Amino acid sequence: MGRFHYHADGTGHSHDQDHDQDHEHEHEHDHHHEGSVGDHSGYTTGGLRVDVLEKILGENDRTAEANRSDFADAHVHVVNMMSSPGAGKTTLLREVLLRIGATLRVGIVEGDIETSIDADRLAGLGAPVSLINTANGFGGECHLDATMVRSALPRLPLADLDLLVIENVGNLVCPAEFDVGEDARAMVFSITEGEEKPLKYPVMFRSADLVIVNKIDLLPYLDFDLPAFYSNLRDVNPHVRTIETSAKTGTGVDDVCTWLRSLADHE
Amino acid sequence: MRAVHELSICTSLARIVEAHADGRTVDVVHLDVGHLRQVIPDTLRYSWEIVVLDTPLAGSVLDINHIPAVLHCRICGARTAIEVPVFRCGCGSTAVDVVGGEELLVTSLDLAGPRTAAPPRP
Ligand SMILES: Nc1nc2c(ncn2[C@@H]2O[C@H](COP(=O)(O)OP(=O)(O)O)[C@@H](O)[C@H]2O)c(=O)[nH]1
Ligand SMILES: [Mg+2]
Ligand SMILES: [Zn+2]
Ligand SMILES: [Zn+2]
Ligand SMILES: [Zn+2]
Ligand SMILES: [Zn+2]
Repeated sequence: MGRFHYHADGTGHSHDQDHDQDHEHEHEHDHHHEGSVGDHSGYTTGGLRVDVLEKILGENDRTAEANRSDFADAHVHVVNMMSSPGAGKTTLLREVLLRIGATLRVGIVEGDIETSIDADRLAGLGAPVSLINTANGFGGECHLDATMVRSALPRLPLADLDLLVIENVGNLVCPAEFDVGEDARAMVFSITEGEEKPLKYPVMFRSADLVIVNKIDLLPYLDFDLPAFYSNLRDVNPHVRTIETSAKTGTGVDDVCTWLRSLADHE
Repeated sequence: MRAVHELSICTSLARIVEAHADGRTVDVVHLDVGHLRQVIPDTLRYSWEIVVLDTPLAGSVLDINHIPAVLHCRICGARTAIEVPVFRCGCGSTAVDVVGGEELLVTSLDLAGPRTAAPPRP
């Protein structure tokens, strides 16, 4: 239900649920109620209140839906891969491509501009890689938004792909806020990061469909408390799927491939 | 220095406010910001100043209405405001829906009063 409110002319009403989604309607509505003619002739002593009720990231959400519908038309399934910088996304993707490349047609959108060599690290493995143009204005350094992902799509043969993996910018805050049109979110967490991370960044951990616990080969050398990590993760996202991996030794990478394959097989 | 997402939120916000202000002067932008949106109010206000600098929206301020995170339990029906990120009802159930705290909305604008003297309304 939209919220009920009064206008300056004393009339009251509530807005539809989708009011804030519909820009055109929104503006008609505004101009109808609060335009400079009619009841609101500018003779009020105080300022005029204009109702808006619009989602701030609504434009991103609409672009994400456009991406989603292009992905559906091309029958490509899309994973948004997120982590803090250096958790192992690119290394893991390399290992995945080496194993899965022959049986699944995978494309990559590379958005991690922390390391400009990531696209090169993924080249030559049979997967087309499209680099995001980061010159996209404010915020372009800390996350990918739907428009940035959209700009990368013309350079990919979408219709020939089964799976598209988007390597997001290394950041545990903003990427979770921006829907880019993905079907699923995979988070790569490295055990070098500390077991309290899910409680510090609950929004991203909660939004994940899969949490990959990477660098598990380092477990004997760290005083990382794995049970405490899982307990913190369950507090935030009780039923999330988890896979322990080492992109270095290859542990668990087959399970990641299986998860990706099941996503791509899903209609 | 890395960009903060408050900055990109303000960029989107400015587009919405400009469209709705339609050339009129804006004094206050009222926002609903949920606890789970990871927005730091001071950073948001500061980002707004930067984004609207030298635009028709310069001088307008943000009024940020903080909305707490609230869970609704599908098992016992309880509504619980949470301060720590533990998405579990007091009854032990994890079958909870987030019913508050995810808002990120422009609710309304206060436009500046008329500049020219005008007779009061009858
Ligand atoms: N020991 C170990 N190191 C890893 C593992 N995965 C990645 N790394 C290393 O971590 C560093 C960052 O990896 P990278 O894939 O660039 O992280 P990204 O920023 O998430 O893409 C590199 O030096 C990798 O070799 C792992 O499973 N075990
Ligand atoms: Mg990388
Ligand atoms: Zn609008
Ligand atoms: Zn209205
Ligand atoms: Zn960001
Ligand atoms: Zn309950």
